[in-house]
Amino acid sequence: MIIARRIRWLGGALLVLLMALILMPFASMFTTALHQSGTYPNGLDWPSQPQWGNFGAAFQAANMGAIFSSSVLIVVAVVPVSVMIATMAGFALGQLRIRGGQLVFLLFLLGLTLPFEGVIVPIYYEIRSMGLLNTRWAIILPLTGLYMPFGIFWMRAHFMTVPHELSEAARVDGANTWQLFWRVHVPLARPALSSLGILMAVWTWNQFLLPIVLVDDPLERTMAGALGAFQGQWGTDIPLLSAGSLLILAPTIVIFVVFQRHFVTALLQGSLKG
Amino acid sequence: MIRTTTSSPREDRGTSRGSASRALQVRVRDARLHGWLFVLPALTAYGVFVLWPLIQTFKYSLYQWDGVAPAQWTGLDNFKTVFSDPDLISALEHAFQLIVFFSGIPVILGLAVATLMQRLAPRRISAVARTVLFLPQVVPLVAAGIAWSWVLSMSGVVNQVLSALGFGGVTRAWLGDFGTALPAVGVIGAWVLLGLCTVLLVTGMSKIDPALYESAQIDGAGALREFLAITLPGLRQEIGVCVTVTVVAALSAFDIIYISTRGGPGNATMVPGLMIYQLAFFNREVGLASALAVVLMVLVLVCILPIQWLTRKTSDA
Repeated sequence: MIIARRIRWLGGALLVLLMALILMPFASMFTTALHQSGTYPNGLDWPSQPQWGNFGAAFQAANMGAIFSSSVLIVVAVVPVSVMIATMAGFALGQLRIRGGQLVFLLFLLGLTLPFEGVIVPIYYEIRSMGLLNTRWAIILPLTGLYMPFGIFWMRAHFMTVPHELSEAARVDGANTWQLFWRVHVPLARPALSSLGILMAVWTWNQFLLPIVLVDDPLERTMAGALGAFQGQWGTDIPLLSAGSLLILAPTIVIFVVFQRHFVTALLQGSLKG
Repeated sequence: MIRTTTSSPREDRGTSRGSASRALQVRVRDARLHGWLFVLPALTAYGVFVLWPLIQTFKYSLYQWDGVAPAQWTGLDNFKTVFSDPDLISALEHAFQLIVFFSGIPVILGLAVATLMQRLAPRRISAVARTVLFLPQVVPLVAAGIAWSWVLSMSGVVNQVLSALGFGGVTRAWLGDFGTALPAVGVIGAWVLLGLCTVLLVTGMSKIDPALYESAQIDGAGALREFLAITLPGLRQEIGVCVTVTVVAALSAFDIIYISTRGGPGNATMVPGLMIYQLAFFNREVGLASALAVVLMVLVLVCILPIQWLTRKTSDA
């Protein structure tokens, strides 16, 4: 028993060490952010006079308020619509079992592991010909399309597990297809829907390739895209860059901690099903 | 890959139950038509912003085009360039080298950490570790790139620790050194993906029947034998998922490299994703960029399909 306890203690210590390694880059960024702006501090070094004002300065320099509301706008435009149309399609493919559905599903599966780099060049010319370059629509519209494979995969898997008898009973009670969907199946799908929504929100917030290719103005981008521009502009001022980066990643961390359980299950099921 | 629950058409039911059920059948048939209306919005979005661009990528790859002047048909010339130009070949090679870091380290280390969490460490620490390990998966890759550029820089934590341990001689700007830049980028990817793999594997381990371990212990099996005979086969599907996700991440790496090295020094960390971006939007070689994009997409499929086939086949039976 004593040996067993010692092993448990050792296992715990190893895990703590691992956590320290994982958190180390964040810690280094944090201590660096507190140094005098424009200096080159050491990687992990608590300053004698912490410059908390750096966070305010970075907020100003990056125009964080505008970036934040831009990102929120993009998320709000992408996520509800994507979740809605993916759910409708998933319902048709998983529950209504429409004729030719298997073929349509295969078509969507094709996009499941597609690297965005594979289609970014034509998307650029397509968005340009639509006259939408440098607007938020240039991020919103393609993302909605790019999220369909996963969204449909996810929702179809959910609707496959709902017993058919439920639909039949609703039909006998006189429900048409839309009522069947909206009144019966959507309320039951709420857990799957919210997981999908959280995933898409985080992916959108963190999306980088689309903003840097399609939108020049950082203030019209997502958080991650704006951070790229911020690095380009302030890359030599390490404390300011660290402070700005921390501000930009703070919202995702807060959302993660709040929705933690949801999040982990969503991502796990997401990758398991994928 | 696609799991279908057994679904035989239910039309044979209630054929003799009179007009009410006939009306029901009509509605079910209507529903199948209406069903297409449900698929239509998603199909439109997907068609316009994925399928159509996909076709265009294939089309562009057969032309020489600077994005402005009329395009010139060149057949497969762009593909010949992809497989003969040393810069492009080395970009493809780097993508495969990154697999070692993006997939190899997270899966192997993930197995060790998952075992530790599941069987050895105190429960409460394991729960906290799950959350912490998952954190890199949530923050933007761009932020990870910025943080790690700083950690791996000349005055960063890595060199600080090395100097403190008396290895001052090996300190360097890890991302700026031709020999270490690619492995350094790989370490960043491993840091991001380790948590996802670990948590996936822990979840898989908790589904393995504990009775299997008990009987193995009665048979006198050691820890290693237990791991090889019970844990590893039981995790087949989860390992498959880890490998799939991480291989795709390695082959299509972009954000981390764009932020930390921009493909440098020289071309030491150039990867296909970044190359496509530069060729298309800076060198104005849209055709060549598209050919590389086609090659990248085919490579992803060629790597993924065998993994799916190997890891799903028996677990579904």
